[in-house]
Amino acid sequence: MWRDLILAWRRRADVLATLFFFVIVTSLFPLGIGPEREVLRTIAPGVVWVAALLASMLSLGRTFGNDYQDGTLEQLLLTPQPAYLVVLAKVIAHWIVAELPLVLVAPVLGLQFGLPQNSIAIIVVSLLLGTPVLSVIGSIGAALTLGLRAANVLVALLVLPLYIPVLIFGSGAVQASVAGTSPQAWLLLMGATLMVSLVFAPWATGAALKISVE
Amino acid sequence: MLEAKNLTCVRGTRRLFKDLNFSITAGELVELRGPNGSGKTSLLRILCGLATPAAGEVHWQGQNIRSLGEEYSAVVAYLGHQNAIKDELSAMENLRISSACAGKVLSLSEAQETLKRVGLSQQQNLPARVLSAGQRRRLAMTRLLTADARLWILDEVLTSLDDTAINLSREFITEHLKNGGMAIVATHQDLNLSVPRIQQLQLS
Repeated sequence: MWRDLILAWRRRADVLATLFFFVIVTSLFPLGIGPEREVLRTIAPGVVWVAALLASMLSLGRTFGNDYQDGTLEQLLLTPQPAYLVVLAKVIAHWIVAELPLVLVAPVLGLQFGLPQNSIAIIVVSLLLGTPVLSVIGSIGAALTLGLRAANVLVALLVLPLYIPVLIFGSGAVQASVAGTSPQAWLLLMGATLMVSLVFAPWATGAALKISVE
Repeated sequence: MLEAKNLTCVRGTRRLFKDLNFSITAGELVELRGPNGSGKTSLLRILCGLATPAAGEVHWQGQNIRSLGEEYSAVVAYLGHQNAIKDELSAMENLRISSACAGKVLSLSEAQETLKRVGLSQQQNLPARVLSAGQRRRLAMTRLLTADARLWILDEVLTSLDDTAINLSREFITEHLKNGGMAIVATHQDLNLSVPRIQQLQLS
């Protein structure tokens, strides 16, 4: 995992690209739709979450792509550690590098949409719970499409449908708090999704990596 | 002891080899030869467990390597066509991180010692992207030296190495075999090793 973090630090530009993509996409909406407060508040949860999904798609290819090309992936699979742990380490590193910055910048974006303070807090909490799911489920798609020519498009087709529950729970939580009801149920659902995907997805990714390397 | 039993490898519609049998014991070297595209790399990848054969089994100490899993990975060191070197990291970092991933943490002095053995002590802090092809190959070789693996599986080790480095790798292999290790080496060049037991395996 440290290895991935060091590598990401040496390639800062990639990380920043994801972050700026997220910021710009979400900023386009207030500019395009106009400053009506009510409209912006209604669309804000969906917009922030959809932008987060797309931004995390951007960086998926890099999770295993570079390692696959220079042969490091083979070596990682030949280490005495189980593939599950290797995948988990890479997923955690991907989350810290690609998703955590999105979570941190989200409050600022919430302000653009004129969201009340407690809704902004809910955005952050829901992103904190939801983005690891994006990383871990996305890793399955990234592993399956390794070495294919249209990998990026294919990843989007494979992974985006799987992101739908996270999108619904996440934006549901924020919408609930904008409407003044409790978002707790949505957040609990998200926590459950996170637990289930953390247990099963790395295992699936490990199996997919073995197939791709072959 | 490693045993290959009735290995068959199919790539696409072509059958590369069929019913291949051989075994290798401690201190033995297998020289794998054959023209380009004869399945040398495929065979090596099957032997280290990265690929599955179309038919047949590979056994280590009498057990199928499929069922041994990670236990088998701990005995094998594989050096393939690709060097598995990260351009952004220095030679030193590459060595220490790859051996940490393989489960062995190297101290700074151990790592310096290893880099010195392959003649890279001058370059230890340079990013790997500025190293030449031969130097990168040397750096990849350090993985073998630190891994403590009983079985070395080497794919074209001598490519892009200069005379000194070729001698160096011969030395490493000889020493490894003397210590009771085994090595399977795919090569086009003559290894000219002075070791007691060499098997030639010809793929066609």
